Amino acid sequence: MGVVENNDIVLDVQAVSMRSRQREILSHVDLQVRSGEVVTVIGPNGAGKTTLIRTALGLLKPTSGQVSMRPGLTVGYLPQKFHVDPVLPLTVRRFLKLSGAVDDGEMLAALTEVGAEKMLTAAMQTLSGGETQRVLLARTLLRNPELLVLDEPAQGVDLHGQVELFSLLEKVRSERGCSVLMISHDLHLVMASTDRVICLNRHVCCTGTPAAVTKNPAFVELFGEKAAANLAVYAHDREHQH
Amino acid sequence: MDDFLVRALIGGLVVAVVAAPFGVFIVWRRLAYFGDTLAHSALLGVALGLLLQINMNVAVVAVCLTVAVLLFLFQRQRQLADDTLLGILAHSTLSLGLVFLSLFETVRVDLMAYLFGDILVVSRGDIGWIVIAGSVSLLTLIKLWKPLLLITINEDMARIDGVHVDLVKLAFVCLLAILVAVMMKIVGLVLVTALFIIPAAAARRVSQTPEMMAMVAALIGAVSVVAGLAGSYRWDTPAGPSIVLAAAALFALFYALPLTRHDGSV
Repeated sequence: MGVVENNDIVLDVQAVSMRSRQREILSHVDLQVRSGEVVTVIGPNGAGKTTLIRTALGLLKPTSGQVSMRPGLTVGYLPQKFHVDPVLPLTVRRFLKLSGAVDDGEMLAALTEVGAEKMLTAAMQTLSGGETQRVLLARTLLRNPELLVLDEPAQGVDLHGQVELFSLLEKVRSERGCSVLMISHDLHLVMASTDRVICLNRHVCCTGTPAAVTKNPAFVELFGEKAAANLAVYAHDREHQH
Repeated sequence: MDDFLVRALIGGLVVAVVAAPFGVFIVWRRLAYFGDTLAHSALLGVALGLLLQINMNVAVVAVCLTVAVLLFLFQRQRQLADDTLLGILAHSTLSLGLVFLSLFETVRVDLMAYLFGDILVVSRGDIGWIVIAGSVSLLTLIKLWKPLLLITINEDMARIDGVHVDLVKLAFVCLLAILVAVMMKIVGLVLVTALFIIPAAAARRVSQTPEMMAMVAALIGAVSVVAGLAGSYRWDTPAGPSIVLAAAALFALFYALPLTRHDGSV
C-alpha cells in the first residue's frame, strides 16, 4: 500500500481493477476520501462494493491500480458480517479489552458514547444486530480512528435501530472529526448524512453530492425512476427552509 | 506408589495442562480433523525414524512439522474442501507409515504402543522431553494468545489492527505439530485429538471468557489423567483409553447438569 502526498486526503484509490477467475469485479475505480469527509458507496448487489472496500483497506490486492493511505492512519473497520461462534465464550468486556481498552473506565466511556453502556458484561452472542454494531463501533473508538470504514452498517438492524445508528454515526463523526467511508443500501439514510456519494456497478457510474447524484441519469438508470423521484423529494425536503 | 506410576502421572499431568490451551483453540478454530491428520502422519515419522536410523522423537516432530506446513499452504487452494484434503493426507501418511513399518520384524509389538500410547513405560528421558517441548509450546502460545484470539473472532479486523495473520496461524500449527508428536507417546495417535478437544468442550459449559475455558480445560484434563490412571491401575485397563473415557465422562456430566450456560440460556 502506498502513501498519500496531499495531507488532506486520507485514502486514495486510483484506477483500481480487480479480476478474479476471468470475471472483472472492479473496473478502473477511483475513490478519494478527504479529512472529515463522509463518502458513501452505493450500488446494486454484485456491484463490487465490498471488494472495493476490502481492497481500499489493504485486505485484498488489486489486479491493477493502487491504494494509498495517509501515513500512520488509524482505521476503524466494521465488517458486514460479524459473528462469534457460540463455542467461544466472549463477553463485551473481554472483547473490548482484547481490542486495546486499558480498563473498565475506558470501556464504559466508549460504550456510553455509543449508547451501549449496559452491555459491558453481556456475552457477545446474546447481543442483537443493533447492539452488536454499537459494540463494534465502541471498539473502533477505543483507538481514536481517523477513518471509519463501515460495510452496510444498517444490515440486520430494524428500521428504528437504523435511524438511531445513523444519527449515532453522525454524532461520532462530528464530535471526533473523523472521515467515514461507508457502503450502504439505504438510500434515504445515506442522503441525509453524506458529503459525497459514489454509485458503483463494477465501475463508477456517477459521483457527487447526494443532490447532484439523484439528478444524474446514470443514477436513475441504476436504481430506477421511482427511487430517483423519492430521493429527489427527500433531498429537496432537506434543503427546504420554512 | 510405584516409580512407573509416578512418572506416568507426571507425564500425563504435564501433557493435560499443556494440551488445554491448544485444545480450546482447536475447538474454536475447528481444527479437530487437522490435529487428527497430524497424529496420523506421526506414524510415518516413526517408520522413517526406524528406516533412516534417526532419533524417533526428532523424526516424528520433523514429519509432523512438514505435514503442518504443507497443509497450511494447501488450504489456500479452493478446489477441494478442507476435510477432503485432510482425509487424503491423514490416511495416505498413515498407510505409508504402516507399509514402511511392515519392513521391520518387531512391528506387531510396537504398533499398539504407537496407536494407543504407552504412558506406563514413560521414562525419565521421556518426561524431560515432554516438559521441554511442552514448556516451549505453552510459552510461545501465551505470546500468540491475543493475536490468535483476534484472528479467531474476525480475521479481517485482526489484519487491519496490524496482526500478522499468516505468521501467527503458521506458528500455531507448527506448535500443534510439535505437541502432537510429543503426546503420541502418552495417549497414542488414535486418541491424541480426544485429549485436546474433550476437556475443552466440557469446559465451555462453565466458562465466560476464553482464558477461563483454557484453565478449566487444563483442570478437567488433569482430573481425567488421574482418574484414568487410577482406573487403569485398579481394573487393569489400557491407560490411554481410560484417560480419554474419564474425560468423556466428565464431558457428559457437565452437559447433563442443569448449569446456566453463559450465553443466557440453560
